Amino acid sequence: MSATAVKAPPSAPAPQPTKDQADARIGLRGHIRHTGALVRRNLLWIKQDAESMFDAVLMPIIFTLLFVYVFGGSVGQALGGGRDEYIQYVIPGLMAMMGMNMAMGVGTGFNQDFQTGVMDRFRSLPIGRSSVMLAKIVVELLRMLIATTILLVVALIIGFSVESVLGLLAAVGLAMVFGIALMWIFLTMGVVMKSAQAIQGMGFLVLMPLQFGSSIFAPTQSMPGWLQAFTDYNPLSSLADAARGLMNGGQPVAHDVWVTLGWSVALTLVMAPIAIHKFRTKT
Amino acid sequence: MYGMTDIHNKPRRGTDGTGSAVSVRGLVKHYGETKALDGVDLDVREGTVLGVLGPNGAGKTTLVRCLSTLITPDSGTAVVAGYDVVRQPRQLRRVIGLTGQYASVDEKLSGYDNLYMIGRLLDLTRKESRSRADALLERFSLTEAAKRPARTYSGGMRRRLDLAASMIGSPAVLYLDEPTTGLDPRTRNEVWEEVKRMVREDGVTVLLTTQYMEEAEQLASELTVIDRGRVVAGGGIGELKAKVGGRTLRIRPADPAQLRPTAAALDEAGLTGLATTTVDTDAGTVLVPILSDEQLTAVVGTLTARGITLADIATELPSLDEVFLSLTGHRASTPDTATTTTTETTEYEGAAA
Repeated sequence: MSATAVKAPPSAPAPQPTKDQADARIGLRGHIRHTGALVRRNLLWIKQDAESMFDAVLMPIIFTLLFVYVFGGSVGQALGGGRDEYIQYVIPGLMAMMGMNMAMGVGTGFNQDFQTGVMDRFRSLPIGRSSVMLAKIVVELLRMLIATTILLVVALIIGFSVESVLGLLAAVGLAMVFGIALMWIFLTMGVVMKSAQAIQGMGFLVLMPLQFGSSIFAPTQSMPGWLQAFTDYNPLSSLADAARGLMNGGQPVAHDVWVTLGWSVALTLVMAPIAIHKFRTKT
Repeated sequence: MYGMTDIHNKPRRGTDGTGSAVSVRGLVKHYGETKALDGVDLDVREGTVLGVLGPNGAGKTTLVRCLSTLITPDSGTAVVAGYDVVRQPRQLRRVIGLTGQYASVDEKLSGYDNLYMIGRLLDLTRKESRSRADALLERFSLTEAAKRPARTYSGGMRRRLDLAASMIGSPAVLYLDEPTTGLDPRTRNEVWEEVKRMVREDGVTVLLTTQYMEEAEQLASELTVIDRGRVVAGGGIGELKAKVGGRTLRIRPADPAQLRPTAAALDEAGLTGLATTTVDTDAGTVLVPILSDEQLTAVVGTLTARGITLADIATELPSLDEVFLSLTGHRASTPDTATTTTTETTEYEGAAA
């Protein structure tokens, strides 16, 4: 056993910082610059790996064709029309759904960054932790816009008629606001959960009942009472109904719009701080 | 050692007046029952390389993560380049670089795009980011591969890109967390050369964690040995080497029965430096710590005089385990250390020497 030569005995005075005491703040321009650089990174990812766009490109096509041609005839009849009636019904609903499925992608992508260690690099750089998350959200919104555009193109081809362009834009905007709120949930899961697969599995488990237990695909009147009680409070019903009213006109939308906005704001206010906090304190 | 004093006339950044670029006192970080850091004290003198040597799970990575603001210590203080780790994390992040087993580059991005992005994140202008990226790619011999995604890089290229990425902001202090773990000897030498050059030409202060005595010897001027979250030894490399015995002579007598007589003969002759011989019965060898070539010659002479026939004789650098054994009197704490730290023979000296 040799003597240990510990350089600084514990009794040595604690070192004092010699530079100005206050910690630097990152200005708004800094945040924008950082977020921009990280958005560029995520766009380069898509360029590198075009397959990652499959969901945004194919999902709207497949879902539209599937629902319109499989259920369209019979649900349309129940609506008092035919397939054309259903197209007008389901397209706004599918638009609402795009936001949800895209939101899940933001969580899995975020989670993968933690696995690879690139997140440690980001966290050791003088940037706001929120910039990393905001960049993910911006890119995901771009993907959502692409998915929505494709959905509308397919819809127009198969005979969807837009009653109000302004209403259409408002509906897209509303879907995005709600999508952002959901993204904070998935970002939190991206930080907290162990793997991207877990997030995906969990996501489907939660999203499927929410999506189908709503007015997205079919009117809720014929559902049993207990289910109606659920669908009435399901924010996706409000979003789908609002989008439908805005795009097709002819029915009052104010209530559904407010309910959707209320949900979006509430979810964001609760989940964004949690996501940022979890990210900040992640070890 | 390796040009530690040859820093040209670079202005030194991050002086605190006492010459320490990194100052750590009583740093503690517990994870539940696990004491990852249990009161660590250390200093890194400006413009030098401090090697932090320890087995897996000794707390090396936790230390680096505390010092690079990735985690907050439970107690204790750490000042890096004049900034307090807990109170001034944003300022601190501007003056440090981090390269290691965990912090790495974005595999999907090209080498250039990685460096450009980091430039922008460090608030360089677009133009500055471009020229800095190009310059560092050139310097780390990555210009050819600049446009390829980093995932297509070889292990050595990856580490060079990691190093380049941590140099974008011209940091005053650089953390290298096991920078050559998992690399083959040739690539390891490449990385060592780059690190030496960074110290020599950029005057950067380096805190290096490693499991390899040889790596510490190659790069560091001072060494801190940690185990179970505590500093167990520290000092200049030469000083510690003298304790550990610099090199180890592994002698295999032709007759296994001669093992103990061999060890006894050498101990009697006082040829074992400051330590004593170790008999490894399983391997049928005697380990002798030696400090010089003369000593090696004397060992052979002594054994010949005693009439002991040797089947094999080889010099080795001490493994982490042996360092621990001689410094602390006990083996490195993790049971898997024996498999992760292979004994490194002098066969590979490489371009470094």
